[in-house]
Formats: sequence, structure tokens, C-alpha cells
Amino acid sequence: MTKTTKGISRRRVLKGAGAMAGLAAFGAPHIAGAQAKVIKIGLPTILSGRVAILGTSSRFAVQLAFNQINEAGGINGRKFEVVDRDSKGRPDEAAKVTRDLINNDGCDIIVDGEASSGSFAVHEVVRDLGILCLHTCSETSSLTADPKQFSKNVFRCARQGIHDAVAGGSYAAKIAKEKGLKKWATCSPDYAYGRDNTAEFLQYAKVFEPSIEVVDQLWPKLFAPDYTESITKLMQVKPQAVYSALWGGDLVAFIEQSNLYRLFQNTAYFSGGLGDPPILTAIKNLPQGLNTAYRYNNGFPSSPENTAFCDAYVKVAPHEPTNWAWQNYAASQFIIEALRRTNGNTDSSALAKEISGMTVKKPFGGAGITMRDSDHTIINYPVAWGKTVSKSPWVVDYVDTEWSKIVELEKEWKKEKGYA
Amino acid sequence: MNLEALASCLSSSACAVTQISTALIIGMLLFMVASGLSLIFGVLGVINFAHGAFYMAGAYIAFFTYQATSSFLLAFLAGALGAGLIGVIFERFIISKVYGKDILMQLLVCYAIILIFDDLVKIIAGPEYKMMGMPDVFALPPLEFAGGFVPAYYVFMIVASLLIGAMLWLAIEKTRIGKIIRALAINPQMVGALGINTTLLYAAVFGVGSMLAGIAGSLAAPTRTLTPGMGLSILIESFIVTVIGGMGSIVGALIAALLIGFTRAFGAIGFPLFVDGIMFGMMAVVLIVKPSGLLGREIAR
Repeated sequence: MTKTTKGISRRRVLKGAGAMAGLAAFGAPHIAGAQAKVIKIGLPTILSGRVAILGTSSRFAVQLAFNQINEAGGINGRKFEVVDRDSKGRPDEAAKVTRDLINNDGCDIIVDGEASSGSFAVHEVVRDLGILCLHTCSETSSLTADPKQFSKNVFRCARQGIHDAVAGGSYAAKIAKEKGLKKWATCSPDYAYGRDNTAEFLQYAKVFEPSIEVVDQLWPKLFAPDYTESITKLMQVKPQAVYSALWGGDLVAFIEQSNLYRLFQNTAYFSGGLGDPPILTAIKNLPQGLNTAYRYNNGFPSSPENTAFCDAYVKVAPHEPTNWAWQNYAASQFIIEALRRTNGNTDSSALAKEISGMTVKKPFGGAGITMRDSDHTIINYPVAWGKTVSKSPWVVDYVDTEWSKIVELEKEWKKEKGYA
Repeated sequence: MNLEALASCLSSSACAVTQISTALIIGMLLFMVASGLSLIFGVLGVINFAHGAFYMAGAYIAFFTYQATSSFLLAFLAGALGAGLIGVIFERFIISKVYGKDILMQLLVCYAIILIFDDLVKIIAGPEYKMMGMPDVFALPPLEFAGGFVPAYYVFMIVASLLIGAMLWLAIEKTRIGKIIRALAINPQMVGALGINTTLLYAAVFGVGSMLAGIAGSLAAPTRTLTPGMGLSILIESFIVTVIGGMGSIVGALIAALLIGFTRAFGAIGFPLFVDGIMFGMMAVVLIVKPSGLLGREIAR
């Protein structure tokens, strides 16, 4: 008995060992390999030149999000790797590096951290290759508002020009009414974004306050180092308020040079691009009371999620998050949540289906940011305007605009444009 | 085109003063860069396409010195001398190797240097823009002249540039070393035959030319954002200045720089959409009518 049992037992052990070995040699590694296969996230963005901070701050945010999920064990055992490429801000290069990321580096998903011109180039590539893509930096409305651009695998997780125009126009009209600001001038960079952004802002400011009159419009060159002639021209025109779509280092130079003339002592200033912490901190003498659109603020919205995001971000980056940073972090959350729901399946269609209509709580908490399923763009993100103060948190007294109001006017705008 | 606004500005002392000062602010900084470019071309016969890199170097050196010492004077001196020193090294070890060579070769060498400088700045200072900020001594309300306003710092900038320009002119026109340099521009073989170390002189002239770019960078640092590649835009305008003023002429550079300054300052009032057109138009007219420039002389070497 004992012998038989022993014999059977030995055979069984041998068989079992053989089966195990076979499994180990063929089946098991296959399964283990599938589970452990790294999910590659491709990030084409601008990492050099005057707007490098767009790309570097985006990259910090994407890396932060995926490092956090890697540290938590990944998804279904699968870890993430972020592969970035510098497009140098050139659309042709953006298209090329995106193809490389997909075809040569084997990226499963693209997070497109390009500025608008590059985003349209990336858009064509990902549409062509049918891969999941989230645009994270382009604010140009037509990228998602124009139905011709629609693709079921492509989304925008970035603020949209038309949303900001409605919010900015509504805020500016309110201040104009309160303070009697009727004479307005603009000073924006002379290229597509500068002109479109300024026109949309003025359009909605006039919708909400028809007494606003534009007395002059100045168009300094993009990346101009010196704004003296524009500033002295503004001093001659003597507007009561100035709107500017200047951004980045150009805006820093404009504010510092305007300070020399004390331009803001008698002129109200409204800026679409001042609210980014690296800009606010780069200005050595930030005047009080400048009006700025929300870009990012560690105290707004006031939520534990926002504080946690900012704290984690400053540990890996040399500055507080930018507007691009939160957008990229939110985009990463959409991807992570979609992969959770598909158990790590990277099929583009399956992921796109999950992201459509999804709401993520990170990085702002509250009701969260929603990816609208009708046009694949986000809503319910912060579109507030506030006023500058000379020390941290740099911008205070944020005034939010109701999203219902924004969506309503956006619908009308889409009809005007023939998008709906 | 709004000539009415232009006429009304010229008839108002407040507007005229403010815009004239704007012209001087733009013009004098351009003059500093262009005079260096012109000096190097006049004596060495080399078109220094890398001149913008020295402007950038001066600005960044001034920025870091100011960060470390909080002294604008030290920042200014460090920016000027630092750029001058880099210029001497560049002349001795790089550009002197292509003297007399094809202009395309010189262009390639300079372009390589621009790219290397930009990358070095990215590595040392990072790709983000930097702002030095206004030194406390100049953080004053703008000064009023006949109803027009001029910031205190810009008054300093204009006066400093004028003084440096005057010193440069005096040094070249009225001193013994200036005479030697002028002779060097016309007949270097003869200067060498007289026992003067021309190699040393070439390096010194290149150093002074680079120092002028460094001075412009240091003067610009408190009001302009510093970025890798910042030298390019000022280089293009400086070339317009040297073409109009005449390659090799310091006085020509001053006149042309002021011409550009006045075009931009009053163009902003009268023809804001055609300022660049006028600037390049002036350059084209000069090239057609007097290719050597308003006060230029022919290539010496």
C-alpha cells in the first residue's frame, strides 16, 4: 500500500513536475509576459526653444501620474513607461515623432503635448493609425468643436478657447460695468492664436456689456523681446482697460516693461495667460490687482486632491504646476481609469469607449472633470478669473463662471460656426 | 495707415517726448550690438553671424552675477567683460581659422557656435525664460519731460550707450592705438611689417566688438526675458542697421540704429502694420542706391 501509494505519488509528482516545466517553458511565460508587458505612453511635445516649459511641465505631470500608478503596482500587473520626443515646436516634426513613437517605439497610447499647430499634425497621424490619443495642450476650439476633426479614438483634455472666451467675457463685462470701463485696447501677439483669442474675448465681453468700445488694437510680434513702442502707444491712446493674449516669457517682459511706465496704475489689465505659477513667479515686481484667467493655482479649487497634486508635483519639478501640467495629469487619469476598466487591455476602441463621458476626480476633486462624449472635449474644469497679489498664492478672489452658461453660449457659437 | 494720429502725436509735446525716448531706447541698444558687429567687420573683414550669441552671453552672465551679488554694477561689468573674454577665445581658437576663407565657411562656423551657445545656456541655465528684474536703484516712477514720460532706467541706458559709443569713437579716431587699428583695417601686412603684433590686435578688436554685444545684453537683462536663442532677433535687426549704416562705420551704425528706433516708435502710431516693411524697405533702398551703406567703406581684407 505504502509502496503503491509511494509509486503513484512519485509518478504523479514527476508528471506534475513535467507539466509545470512545460507550462513554465511555454504557457506560463506567455501569460506572465502578457501581464507584465509594459504599457508605453508616447508623449510628443515641445522640449526646447522659447516655449519649452510647455513640454517640460507636461512631461513632469505625465511622469508623475504614471509613476504613482506604477508604485501602486500598475494595472493588472502591467506597469507604464512614458516615452517622450521633442518636436521643437515644428508641426512636421510633431507628426514624424508621433509616427516613430507608435511604429518604432511601440507606444500603445499617445498623450499629445503639442501646441495647437503641432496638435493638428498629430491629430492626423493618430486618426490614420487608429490609436488612442489625448490632446493635452491645444486650446484651439476647432480641434474638437469642428465635426470634421472628430475621431472616435481622439480626445482633448485641455481648456478650450471658446470656454475661456465666454468666462473671460462675462468676468470682464462685470468689472467693466462696476468700474465704468468703456474704452478698451488690446495688445496680443500677432499670430493665429493671439488674434483668435482676442477676437473671441472681445466678442463675449461685448455680448455681456455692449457699452465696451475698442479704441485700439496692437499686435506685437510673437516672441518680441521689447514692447516699449506698444506700451508708449497705449499711453497715448489712454484706454481704461487693456486685454492681452500675450503669454510665457513675452508676457513677463511686457509686464516688467509696463511697470517702468507705471502703466497699470490707471489702466485695468485683463490677461488670458498670466495665471501660470512659473509666469507669476518670474515677474519680479508683480503689480497688484491685474485680472487674469485661471491657469493653475495651488489654493483653487481648495480641495485635498489639488493640494496633494501640487505637493507631489513640486517634489519632481522645479516649479509649481502649470496649466499644461494639470491638463496632462488629468489626461493621464482618464487613461489610467480606462485601463482599469478594461483590465489593462490597450485596445484603442475599448479604451475610447470608456473615456467617452468619463469623469475623473484628480487633480481637482469636487465634481471632477468630465470628458464630454458628444465632442470628446473636457468640461467642468476651472475657468475662473482672479486678481493678482504681490506674494504667494499670487492670484486671489477667483470668480467662477457657471458651466451651464458656458455650455449654452458654446452651443450658439457652434451654430454660428456651422459646427452644429 | 493713420497719418492723422502721427501728426497729432508730433504736435503734442507729451506724445512726441515719449515716442522720441522710445526711439532712443530701441535705437541705442541696437547701436551697442550693431557697433560691435560693424567694428569686427571693419577691421577683420569677418561678418560675425554669431554676434547675437555674445549678446545672449552678456545677458546671462549679468543675470547670474546679479543673482549672486545683487549689484547691478558688478552684473553690468561681468556681462560686458565676460562676453569680451568669450569673444577673444572665440577669435583665437575658432574664427581666426577661417579668415580669408569662403563666406559660406565662416557662416557655417558661426552657425555652429550659435547652436553650441544655445545648448550650453540650456544646460547651464535651463530652457525656461529668466527675468533679472529691475535693480532697486532704478525702481523709480518715470521721469517727466515736457509732459512725456521716460523711465529712469531707460534714461540711464540711453546715456550709458551714448557715452560708450563716444568713447569707442574717440578711441578709434583720436588715439594712437585707434590709428593702428584703422591702419590694420586698410593694410594689415604693412602694420605687421612695422613690428606690431597683428594677431594680438585682431583678438583685441574682436574682444571689444563682443564686449559691446555683452554690454547690450547686460543693459537689456533688467527689462527683457532671457531665453536660449535670444540673440537671434537682435542679430537680424543689427544686420539691418549695419547694412543701412555701412559695414565698418561706427557713426553709420549710430545713425542707422536711430533710424530704426524712430521708425519703430513713430511707426507704432502712424503705420503699425507696416513697420517691418518700412525697415526692410529702407535696407533694400540703401542696397540698391549705395550698396556700401550710408557711411560704409569697401571691404578691407
